[in-house]
Amino acid sequence: MRLLRIVPDDTKFDFMRFRRISFPLSAMLSIVAIVLYFTAGLNFGIDFKGGTLVEVQTQGPADLARMRAALTALELGEVQLQQFGAPNDVLIRVAQQPGGDAAQQEAVQKVRGALGSDITYRRVEIVGPRVSSELLSYGIIGLMLAIFCILIYLWFRFEWQFAVGAMIANTHDLVLTIGFLSLFRIDFDLTSIAALLTILGYSLNDTVVIYDRTREMLRRYKRMPIADLLNISVNSTLSRSVITHVTTALALTALFLFGGQAISSFTATMLFGVVLVGSYTSIFIAAPVLIYLGVGQGRETADEAKERP
Amino acid sequence: MLYFSRWKVATILATAFVIMLCVVPNFLPAGLVASLPIWAQRHIVLGLDLQGGSHLLLAVDTNAVRKEKLETLRDDVRQTLRRERIGYTGLVVRGNSVEVRIRNEANVEEADRRLSELSQPLGGILAATGQRNLDVTRTGNLIRLSVTDPAILERVRQAVGQSIQIIERRVNELGTVEPLIQRQGTDRILVQVPGLQDPTRLKQLLGQTAKLDFRMVDTAVPPETARQGNLPPEDELLYSSDEPKTPYVVEKRILVSGEDLTDAQPGFDQRTSEPIVTFRFNTSGARKFAEVTQQNVGKPFAIILDSQVISAPVIREPILGGSGQISGSFTVESANDLAILLRAGALPAPLTIIEERTVGPGLGADSIAQGKISAYVGAAMVVLFMLVTYGLFGVFANVALLVNVVMIFGVLSMLNATLTLPGIAGIVLTLGIAVDSNVLIYERIREEVRGGRNAINAIDAGFSRALATILDSNITTFIAAAVLFFVGTGPVRGFALTLGIGIITTVFTAFTVTRLIAASWVWWRRPQHVPI
Repeated sequence: MRLLRIVPDDTKFDFMRFRRISFPLSAMLSIVAIVLYFTAGLNFGIDFKGGTLVEVQTQGPADLARMRAALTALELGEVQLQQFGAPNDVLIRVAQQPGGDAAQQEAVQKVRGALGSDITYRRVEIVGPRVSSELLSYGIIGLMLAIFCILIYLWFRFEWQFAVGAMIANTHDLVLTIGFLSLFRIDFDLTSIAALLTILGYSLNDTVVIYDRTREMLRRYKRMPIADLLNISVNSTLSRSVITHVTTALALTALFLFGGQAISSFTATMLFGVVLVGSYTSIFIAAPVLIYLGVGQGRETADEAKERP
Repeated sequence: MLYFSRWKVATILATAFVIMLCVVPNFLPAGLVASLPIWAQRHIVLGLDLQGGSHLLLAVDTNAVRKEKLETLRDDVRQTLRRERIGYTGLVVRGNSVEVRIRNEANVEEADRRLSELSQPLGGILAATGQRNLDVTRTGNLIRLSVTDPAILERVRQAVGQSIQIIERRVNELGTVEPLIQRQGTDRILVQVPGLQDPTRLKQLLGQTAKLDFRMVDTAVPPETARQGNLPPEDELLYSSDEPKTPYVVEKRILVSGEDLTDAQPGFDQRTSEPIVTFRFNTSGARKFAEVTQQNVGKPFAIILDSQVISAPVIREPILGGSGQISGSFTVESANDLAILLRAGALPAPLTIIEERTVGPGLGADSIAQGKISAYVGAAMVVLFMLVTYGLFGVFANVALLVNVVMIFGVLSMLNATLTLPGIAGIVLTLGIAVDSNVLIYERIREEVRGGRNAINAIDAGFSRALATILDSNITTFIAAAVLFFVGTGPVRGFALTLGIGIITTVFTAFTVTRLIAASWVWWRRPQHVPI
């Protein structure tokens, strides 16, 4: 049986030359992402914004206009209705009510009253103001903490340049993913924080594989120019990078297609972050950035110093 | 790298086998599992998002605790000064303290000393800090007693502890399986009740303080004058619980309280056949109630629940038996609920629901189905891809993958862990990550073959070089999963858990199972070339 070779053996792509394109491109995309974040912002879900989310199933196809009229009459501020999946599945979002935690509960009672009894409540989530602000700060602390821990780990395992390079690459991943979330108005909730952390870990996983090889090469070839050395490292791990991303993409695509509405924003975020950005970043950002950070510059001089009497 | 000593092989196989064996209780019928010894009963619990149920986060109302503490303090001050026969004016609660003015200059010293005795060192975990529950200060003839923040905190902590016990009793009355009631932080209680169709009743049971007391109605003061503000200091104006709200002037003094109840049951009035709640007092409650009813025949008393008058019957004859009945406008269900609340006891402070997540059983079942489909499809695609890419070694990888996934479920069972929908996503994602370890090894072997090594050498070198990389690259993802586990809540935590466990089992299988399979194959076939 002939086996599949997605990437041919012994590729010799000059990835490092691409940095003249990839760096400006990434810089531009990052700026766009940051601008999007500050102008359009993130579509915060109730986890962080507080408020109420109700998923209902009606007997026949849902009459959205009638339901909207009934709910608007309650004067609960912003009320969004969204039909998804089957024609009788409706998602209702009610903005956070002024008046503290108890007011949210009263709002849901009113919604229940207005919608009548021939409706099945599939899911009710109410997040009060106290909890939502805490969840957001926990999320941000979590991201910071993870970045910090990974930085420390990389610093121990590699030289500091590698740690910094990996961080630049991963901040880039996170920034682009946040831009993606903002552009497509994907719900930003607790699972998004989970997705961002997974992207962080997973994309680093990829970067570390290339860095591992770079470190090995640095030991083996003392005099090779760093750009060539990085090219060899990336080329020799290219097949692995591609195959791994294909398998991960397969797993995530299955989740995205069949996993249901509850985790669709989560899997969409991960598909974007892990597969699209993660693979690009490790090869076109994480590796070439080492050139600028001065990896391997001390080698020749150190060797020459040894040779001198 | 390809040599294993015999005991090493045995250890690896035994470890993998034992962990995989832990999955078994999940497939046995519940009755059989219950008959097993405790250590064999461990199994995966489905999260609320998969089996349906309610997650409620309750917070103790700190302001109410503070208010109650201050009112008790004011009563203590009044009692102390009266006992010592010290004249005072203007005893009030102001802000965070109780203030009192001593009438006679000569008594200030004495009053200060007596009132300072109310200040006690804090007990509990704060005992060692030397903090006290009150700060007593004096300016002229004004003595101010401030309740310290640690004292409030300590009281809140106690209230949470007491509330948990009472909530347990109330929730158990609902007859659901395995409710989880747990302290969270200083002032919070997490209540998770699986399998509830509608949490309204649960919320009603948790949302009431259920403080019951019996007090006399002050017939000397008509409610109308009380409404205009002419209320004696020993009385208060309360309203009836049912519509229309009828005002009652009742004494603040409590004759008998809910703490003196030993039992409460729903029932029907024999004459009117309306739903009622019958109750029974303990000995001291019965004695007090008997005394009061003997002295006050012909006068009305009020049965008050959470500052609302349920009913205000006239005492027709002394009630000596220590039991009685409450009739209000009850329905069968509300009578039943009141009986539950009275049996369980009153909460020390009101609770507010600050977060609620309820999933209906229908959605839970759908989520399980969706999780299964995506896991099967994801696994099938990954397995097929590995076969097409690596042939025989792809089969090895897939065997290792199977072992890996079963081990994930085994570890989850051992931990009695909760499986959530994001948790399933974590397992599916692990499929991708787990395969990566094989990919790293196989690609390295391919490289070594290209570098001119013979088959056995290439496989050996491939393993030894790739394993270091596997460890390095998985630790970063593991750090992210660990952080997520500690900051995350609910379903997201389930994701962090399966991802983290998945990484550990992945590294384990890569270092042992995969290597063992390859080594056995090499030993068996003595290959001349590597078929990848």
